[in-house]
Amino acid sequence: MIYDALIGPFTEFEFMRRALAAVIALSLAGAPIGVFLMLRRMSLVGDAMAHAILPGAAIGFLLSGLNLFAMTAGGLIAGFAVAILAGVVARSTGLKEDASLATFYLASLALGVTIVSIKGTNIDLLHVLFGNILAMDDQTLLVVAFNATVTLLVLAVIYRPLVIESVDPLFLRTVSRAGGPAHLAFLALVVINLVNGFQALGTLLAVGLMILPAGIARFWSRDLTVMICIAVIAAAVSGYAGLVLSFQTRVPSGPAIILVATVFYIVSILFGRVGGIVRQMFPGRHLEA
Amino acid sequence: MAQLAFRNVTLGYDRHPAVHHLNGEVASGALVALIGPNGAGKSTLLRGIVGILKPLDGSIHLGGLDARDIAYLPQSADIDRTFPISVFDFVGTGLWRGTGLFGGIGRAAREKILRAIASVGLNGFENRPIGTLSGGQMQRVLFARVLLQDARLIVLDEPFNAIDSKTTADLLALVKHWHAEGRTVLAALHDMEMVRAHFSETLILARGPVAWGPTVEVLTPENLMVAMRMCEAFDDSATACAEDGRRRAA
Repeated sequence: MIYDALIGPFTEFEFMRRALAAVIALSLAGAPIGVFLMLRRMSLVGDAMAHAILPGAAIGFLLSGLNLFAMTAGGLIAGFAVAILAGVVARSTGLKEDASLATFYLASLALGVTIVSIKGTNIDLLHVLFGNILAMDDQTLLVVAFNATVTLLVLAVIYRPLVIESVDPLFLRTVSRAGGPAHLAFLALVVINLVNGFQALGTLLAVGLMILPAGIARFWSRDLTVMICIAVIAAAVSGYAGLVLSFQTRVPSGPAIILVATVFYIVSILFGRVGGIVRQMFPGRHLEA
Repeated sequence: MAQLAFRNVTLGYDRHPAVHHLNGEVASGALVALIGPNGAGKSTLLRGIVGILKPLDGSIHLGGLDARDIAYLPQSADIDRTFPISVFDFVGTGLWRGTGLFGGIGRAAREKILRAIASVGLNGFENRPIGTLSGGQMQRVLFARVLLQDARLIVLDEPFNAIDSKTTADLLALVKHWHAEGRTVLAALHDMEMVRAHFSETLILARGPVAWGPTVEVLTPENLMVAMRMCEAFDDSATACAEDGRRRAA
């Protein structure tokens, strides 16, 4: 019975195995990026970027229909363009990055919806907005896995300057010029992972599997490495449980995954070791020193 | 030999000068106090020295030093103390010159970090997140990082602000130790008694230089009064600097 509910769908159906592999790849790469987005107070920047990739994906759709390679390439180009332009404008004018990004992403979102509506139907628009992880084919899965691998490799390269720039940007600027390139590389990784999430969860929810696990991790550890590990596990478990929920109840897969992650997030707010509400209400006896 | 030379330096923001037409030199191995009222341009000058801020005009010469030979202790307000990083890891960033992007932290480096933490009196704090430290403890952590940087030029921005007398005494001893080792130290300070007692050279700044030389000659009530008066407010309707124009025409 339990086997049929929790394991059966994956042994029986290939599309479920592909979806599971995809959420694990998304979790491995997206969750660490989400942790840095949160710690750099850029959570909403990630959300804005998710909208910024829309016009590129829409142009891909306009040219090739629901061809995921074309939409991925378009999304990457649009996302990079907006990320780099917003980053360059912010760094060269002193305008805050979120304000700079807000202008670019609003224009992108308007342009994207206009392009989709030129050719598409409401069903196409729904696919773009919410994705469909269960419809993923082998080639798309390979793209997702490739993007995740690139993300982990680049993150390993920029990890040290990214951490220092997050905690003490002035110090990094005095000892190295790595801060600027690391920041731009990080924005590029955000775009890559949004495009990845876009395949599975759509533009509206793509950032969910990055930010919610990061928020969960924040309630369980004060150590960056541990936080990243918790975020990855939380994302993967949410992905698995969301797929099972979707399979058993016919809830759309993307929203199911994000809803499961939201339940974990609420549990963490209540019972988390670091700043959880229950922990604050019943902190236990104070220590000697 | 000059470690630092200012050639008609003007530093500021949006074309408005915060440090205006500064000339002078800091000798190698000098211990210099930089004083002046709030808004006098002290932090701006230090940011110019470490290369964070480009001069609006003039130039700063570092006597052949590159960025990695300079250690900068900013005001701690510039640090995000909510970031989940331990004292050990934070202090360890001071080894950037040796490790760069990929260098590992081996046993010798770990011992260096532990020694630096111990020498500022923070034994046992290695695994504490920096967000749980008091202001004085955080200042000790910043000094430990400067220690690890092993720099020839050390630039300190109000290093003893809002910390108790014991911590101040401990950290001041470190500053004097660096001076004794022949390093050049430049510190923005507000405590005149400390400057008089421990710093041989003083620059009084109030946007422009008011006086610069041996502390006993420079730190007079007259000069301090001039500094208080000279520190002007930011003026939106200011015209282009006439001295600048004359120099360009020439």
